[in-house]
Amino acid sequence: MAEEKKKKVIIHNKTPMPAQDPVARSRNFQEVALGYTEEDARLEAGRCLQCKNEPCRQGCPVEVNIPAFIKLIQEGDLDGAIARIKENNPLPAVCGRVCPQESQCEKYCTLGAKHDPVGIGRLERFVADRELGLGVTLPGKAASTGKKVAVVGSGPSGLTCASDLAKLGHAVTVFEALHVAGGVLMYGIPEFRLPKRVVQAEVENVKKLGVEIQVNSVIGRIDTVDELLERYDAVYLGTGAGLPYFMDIPGENACGVYSANEFLTRTNLMKAYLFPECDTPIRVGSRVAVLGGGNVAMDAARTALRLGASESWIVYRRSEAELPARHEEYEHAREEGVKFSFLTAPTRILEDDKGWVTGMECLRCELGEPDASGRRSPVTVCGSEFVLPVDVVVVAIGQGPNPLVPRTTKGLALTKRGNIVADESGATSKPGVYAGGDVVTGAATVILAAGAGKAAARSIHRHLTGATA
Amino acid sequence: MYKVLKKTELAPSILDLYVIEAPKVAAKARAGQFIILRIDGQGERIPLTIADFDREKGTVTLVAQRAGKTTTQMGKLRAGDSIADFVGPLGEPTHIENYGRVVTVGGGVGVAPTHPIARALKEAGNEVISIIGARTRDLLFWEEEMRKVCTRLLVTTDDGSYVRKGFVTDVLKEVMDEKKPDLVVAIGPQPMMRAVCNLTREYGVKTIVSLNSIMVDGTGMCGCCRVTVGGKTRFVCVDGPDFDGHEVDFAELARRSALYREQEKDSLDRYTQRCQCHGGEH
Ligand SMILES: Cc1cc2nc3c(=O)[nH]c(=O)nc-3n(C[C@H](O)[C@H](O)[C@H](O)COP(=O)(O)OP(=O)(O)OC[C@H]3O[C@@H](n4cnc5c(N)ncnc54)[C@H](O)[C@@H]3O)c2cc1C
Ligand SMILES: Cc1cc2nc3c(=O)[nH]c(=O)nc-3n(C[C@H](O)[C@H](O)[C@H](O)COP(=O)(O)OP(=O)(O)OC[C@H]3O[C@@H](n4cnc5c(N)ncnc54)[C@H](O)[C@@H]3O)c2cc1C
Ligand code: FES
Repeated sequence: MAEEKKKKVIIHNKTPMPAQDPVARSRNFQEVALGYTEEDARLEAGRCLQCKNEPCRQGCPVEVNIPAFIKLIQEGDLDGAIARIKENNPLPAVCGRVCPQESQCEKYCTLGAKHDPVGIGRLERFVADRELGLGVTLPGKAASTGKKVAVVGSGPSGLTCASDLAKLGHAVTVFEALHVAGGVLMYGIPEFRLPKRVVQAEVENVKKLGVEIQVNSVIGRIDTVDELLERYDAVYLGTGAGLPYFMDIPGENACGVYSANEFLTRTNLMKAYLFPECDTPIRVGSRVAVLGGGNVAMDAARTALRLGASESWIVYRRSEAELPARHEEYEHAREEGVKFSFLTAPTRILEDDKGWVTGMECLRCELGEPDASGRRSPVTVCGSEFVLPVDVVVVAIGQGPNPLVPRTTKGLALTKRGNIVADESGATSKPGVYAGGDVVTGAATVILAAGAGKAAARSIHRHLTGATA
Repeated sequence: MYKVLKKTELAPSILDLYVIEAPKVAAKARAGQFIILRIDGQGERIPLTIADFDREKGTVTLVAQRAGKTTTQMGKLRAGDSIADFVGPLGEPTHIENYGRVVTVGGGVGVAPTHPIARALKEAGNEVISIIGARTRDLLFWEEEMRKVCTRLLVTTDDGSYVRKGFVTDVLKEVMDEKKPDLVVAIGPQPMMRAVCNLTREYGVKTIVSLNSIMVDGTGMCGCCRVTVGGKTRFVCVDGPDFDGHEVDFAELARRSALYREQEKDSLDRYTQRCQCHGGEH
């Protein structure tokens, strides 16, 4: 292998991703990263060394055969490449855009030791978009098993579980609380990172497999899980982590304080950026502070700029080095003009006599000893109070599991934080009930949620038929 | 799509009654719960209380006051039309038990949601005194419907144009002076619920109110509907809409309800202008 490597001329840098200009894009909702051309893709695929030990593959939560699909691109077999990815990943057009590749596949790329790693995500997106454009060839479906499965929640984990079960010949109905399917992909992740037409194209593909999706159906209200079990042979819970956490500081219910979920839902799902053409309003303010340092915070801060805020701040209690957001999202946010106040802990939201936000009182922090997560924990500095003058505050400090299903389901074991307890195969403490995705793991990633849906589909299949998928 | 089976104006251009075909919602609906609807693809999601339901016919009845763009646009619907989305039943049902003597107070459009609650309370064996009130005679509705579901009905109008002059709180005070009730349930405009709570607090009578904070999803996902109850933040859509009225921070609720007043006005103005351009038809 070492010899082979020597012969190959190594291109040090990733083939650049065509992108919208930062200044222009910070004011529109169109997609930022425009995607590779076929030429870009060939060039980038050509950088892959085809390592025999496939380190990249170990970094992929669903073990996509990365070297194989890249080799197919090198050989010009683009249909073959997407087929190869789809053996393991049902949502490549989504994952190619939003997976944290830098901490997964690309982190382990051999090239990455000295140069840029191969742009695996960009290649995945390229072949997936090409296929969506051409029209997807449906995979074969097994003969009907006569078994019925209910899937609760239509996020990546529910959709994946549903599509795998349908392929195995089961009749699947998905129940979704909102008026469209897609979960966070529709209501949370902004249009400029993940166009909604891409998500809906993936949803359509799931429907084409014969999966029935019933929107406007809140399980726990219209039917409980126990009632579903009377009509279905098994139930999969993929209800996500949709419960917003707040800081519990004074002033948090003032007018102009949003949870990130609300701020993003109004914008993405309800299209408040098109108000008054669309009926749902949003208050943007001129100066916005977003609390938190994850992807959700970056999305909210970048959305605020696009909605017309003149200043958008990320307020984070640790330092730049500890930011949990993907590096690319942080870079994009900076380029677009999002400002960062690191080592800053909000203590109080100030309001005027009508209850409107006028500012946020904060304390400066220093980094102390590492906490349980291994990150150095912030310690506030006495007497360092200052006021950040803002008129909208978006709280993006995390989400927990929605309690509606757990509250209304008998015999479902939960963790202390309210997550559903499930083993690796998705089995919960309740016979016939499986769970996966954010509702089990807490807020995580699209690919982990999809992977959990896949694993559960396999074990539901075994449970229903006795056969291994 | 969900079909409008019946639409009547209870008060011309102000109050509308809708009967919607939604068998699954009707099958599970209980007193005190609400639905969220969206008229069309551009529409806002708005919550409306379930005013009545018929499990056999598979229908849900709503009464809406034309408050802004969405409820005005709804006013244009006719029997046979459809609305895009209709989700429910949402919220916790009103807790029903035999308390003894219960007074329900419905003000304005709030009369409708007290209807199924009064019925359920009476079925549970309570003596149910229902007070209904409106600003003026034309805005009063469901007198007969209410009479059927309670033990005694008392009617009032703010301006005295019908039965008697006085606020619902005036009538409530008389009823409480007569004999202290075991529970009061009050539904109506926020100032009315607040006034009822101030009064019943003096009498030491437990009071349930149904809160109408602004909502988006109605499933506990966004936190838009949050309100402070007993010093704690609660989500109206999943923890409510019923709360102990004596614990509710009504001032905060009022401020948060006015959050989008400017945009709402803008949206309604544009809508009425557009309708006028089309000769009043839409
Ligand atoms: C703003 C934001 C940005 C993100 N960015 C990224 C990113 O860049 N990369 C990445 O990998 N991950 C990202 N994530 C995380 C990722 O989106 C989630 O980990 C993933 O969506 C979880 O999938 P899921 O299927 O478990 O749940 P969800 O996507 O949350 O879907 C759950 C669905 O269940 C529905 N539901 C809930 N309760 C009920 C009920 N009682 N009845 C019926 N339906 C119900 C919900 O309405 C929802 O549609 C982001 C998350 C957010 C919020
Ligand atoms: C649980 C609940 C039950 C309700 N039941 C009824 C009912 O049975 N009959 C009825 O007439 N009204 C009811 N309402 C109020 C109704 O939802 C609002 O009048 C409606 O949303 C107004 O929409 P609009 O576009 O016509 O008016 P807008 O001009 O948008 O708003 C007028 C006022 O309504 C409130 N409002 C606006 N948007 C929302 C929203 N998305 N959610 C909640 N409130 C909003 C605001 O306080 C606003 O100032 C209920 C509200 C809640 C929360
Ligand atoms: S309306 Fe979103 S949480 Fe209640």
